Amino acid sequence: MDVLTLSRIQFGLTIGFHYIYPPLSIGLGLMLVIMEAAWLKTGEPVYHQMARFWTKVFALTFAMGVATGIVMEFEFGTNWATYSRFVGDVFGSALAAEGIFAFFLESGFLAVLLFGWDKVGRKLHFFATCMVCLGAHFSAVWIIVANSWMQTPAGFHLVGHGLHSRAEVTDFWAVVFNPSFGDRLFHALSGGWSAGAFLVVSVSAWYLLQKRFSEFARRSLGMGLTVAMAASLLQAVSGHLSGQNVAKNQPAKLAAFEGLYETTSNAPLTLIGWVDEKNEQTHGLKLPGALSFLAHNDFHAPVTGLDEFKPEDRPPVSASFMFFHGMVAIGSALILIAGLGCYCAWRQTLSKKRWLLWLLVFSILGPEIANQLGWFAAEVGRQPWIVYGLLRTPEGLSAIIRANTVLASLVLFTFIYFLLFAVFIYLLNDKIQHGPHDDDLIPSGKLALPEPLEPGAPGHAR
Amino acid sequence: MHIDLNTTWFILVGVLFTGYAMLDGFDLGIGALHLFTKKDEERRILLNAIGPVWDGNEVWLVTGGGALFAAFPDVYATAFSGFYLALVLLLVALIFRAVAIEFRSKRPEAWWRQMWDVSFSLGSILSALLIGTALGNLAWGVPIDAKGEFAGSFIGLLTPYPLLIGVTTVALFMMHGAIYAVMKTEGELHDKLRRWAVNSIIFFVICAATTTMATLLYDNHIAERVHENPWLFSIVLANMLAIANIPREFHRGNDGMAFLSSCGAIITLMALFAIDSYPNLIYSQPIPANSLNIYNSASSPGTLKTMLVIAGIGVPVVIAYTICIYWIFRGKVKMDRMSY
Repeated sequence: MDVLTLSRIQFGLTIGFHYIYPPLSIGLGLMLVIMEAAWLKTGEPVYHQMARFWTKVFALTFAMGVATGIVMEFEFGTNWATYSRFVGDVFGSALAAEGIFAFFLESGFLAVLLFGWDKVGRKLHFFATCMVCLGAHFSAVWIIVANSWMQTPAGFHLVGHGLHSRAEVTDFWAVVFNPSFGDRLFHALSGGWSAGAFLVVSVSAWYLLQKRFSEFARRSLGMGLTVAMAASLLQAVSGHLSGQNVAKNQPAKLAAFEGLYETTSNAPLTLIGWVDEKNEQTHGLKLPGALSFLAHNDFHAPVTGLDEFKPEDRPPVSASFMFFHGMVAIGSALILIAGLGCYCAWRQTLSKKRWLLWLLVFSILGPEIANQLGWFAAEVGRQPWIVYGLLRTPEGLSAIIRANTVLASLVLFTFIYFLLFAVFIYLLNDKIQHGPHDDDLIPSGKLALPEPLEPGAPGHAR
Repeated sequence: MHIDLNTTWFILVGVLFTGYAMLDGFDLGIGALHLFTKKDEERRILLNAIGPVWDGNEVWLVTGGGALFAAFPDVYATAFSGFYLALVLLLVALIFRAVAIEFRSKRPEAWWRQMWDVSFSLGSILSALLIGTALGNLAWGVPIDAKGEFAGSFIGLLTPYPLLIGVTTVALFMMHGAIYAVMKTEGELHDKLRRWAVNSIIFFVICAATTTMATLLYDNHIAERVHENPWLFSIVLANMLAIANIPREFHRGNDGMAFLSSCGAIITLMALFAIDSYPNLIYSQPIPANSLNIYNSASSPGTLKTMLVIAGIGVPVVIAYTICIYWIFRGKVKMDRMSY
């Protein structure tokens, strides 16, 4: 295999593996804030126990996120040096801002969140939890600024010629608020909230099935399902907005997502199907006019097809189609699952419906897979460009690296990541089997209450 | 020396990497010392001495890398693609080290803990060695072609002078870590660490003296620089005084002051390195004309200005809450349920 293919495989592998963790940090971060807020508000010990337990899970996912994230920052330079020279002025700034505004905040206050339980008062601890959560969200903001700029470049001008040209910032805020930034950030954050909430749902449902930690599980499940429901609905809303954005700014990508070869008014939406790339046809169950309506709010609006792009400017159609449809299908299923769960929890029939609890146990796979597929779709759909319309992927490659060197690093990363993933799953399972600690029902150290509170009374500081 | 925008960024990137060396330096150093104790309890105390702060320390490297990318993209691109294998090794070392800290105490089995202890320690030593060797290569000069691309090989980076800087970095971090660990421990382990700290100080002083001699004999651009600007000799003097003050304070039992002196030694060493390189970021050898400097590899003035605003807002806030967090976790390590 050549350097290009190997580098693309390596980038895909390392970013895919990394992206298992940050959405969990975003979502669990939010869940921790909610749990601790509930504890501060009500003073009920079970909320404290929940915060303590999920903090441990958070620590595990965070460590994996840090360890795999630093690889990403290095890889732009190691494998994509020409790209780095081209975008440094824009992309580098976003990355540096991510370090300054997000990573320091997250890792600094994580110390207080993890190790500060007995050392600081409850309000300060809650503040630290909020900062960690905010840091995780800021991190998403800056990396999506960078990535969205690659999708819809704005606020720059080109300087120099040929391989020595580069994009220079002319308007910083136009770079930050590039056309696809807002919708894509909203969509990625919803994906993170969904992942965190469904993890809580999944583990709590497991405890209910095992009839262990029932009070803890019931409360966690209720909280998890509520957030999961909201996140799945927001996911659909943001997905729709993001789709309209793609229709406007990256029509070739939308055409590939839907396997639409010819520009059509009253364009159909393929609900389920496959693409025959050779004969340039898409088969399956189609809803007439629906694509026109979703993309342009009008059943008769024309939707641009792939025929308006030269073959060398088209993304891989079948792969984009499958990733996109897989993501949408899972996203829709998650709304149903969360809705069903909420309904049964409200009717208090959930603990009797073992099949539904089993479904909830496996529901965490939904957002995890959908998040991966969503990124695949976004990045594969951008091809053949590394920066949309400006720089082609093969042109972004480092000039001096050799295939066997990249092969060596690819084999090394694959081996290490499989090992780490196995250990991560093993330890996560270990923590889950071990469950929440009963000692955590009684806050200790500075967090301990001066006197027992009446139920429902707001918590006092220290 | 005229302080223009590019020079300001040269200094800022330097500050970030110096922050990294000063902070992650002590937890890498503790990692290097980790296997010297065989007792599980003592290893846990060492891990918990750095537990709350190590990943924040590593962020200085990530942010330094980001700042280099933003301010001097051509340097980032040339160095990272040029030092490909070395950086992959550094990543592997940093990954194993990070997860080892998190994973190690999660299971009670002896083999499990030993496996992650070894990962943590070797990862730390290898990280320090690679970082030092990279700096050594940048000071010594690496082959750069007319297009600004690295023209050497991985093996070509492993020459005596850079390796000497690599070993010196390991020694420096071991000393720095040992003193930090002395501050964070009590009882038997504390006494043991005091002895290791003395040995580390001796090891470092030998390395530092050798490096100084090698630099004066073989790498003469720093001497030229000081000849041109005599006031720079004050930094050489400050470096000598900081290093000399470490054993002095440590011997008197002023561990905090010894640690600050060690920080001072790191800051002045980085300053000397910066003086040696300025205005180059990657010095090209044998063709100095191909060097990448702060002007031919920089981002646009507009971006440098914007980034300066971002750094001006962000960095003071970061420093303020980092100090608060160190303050919260001051004092000796006490093991509790949250500990590793």
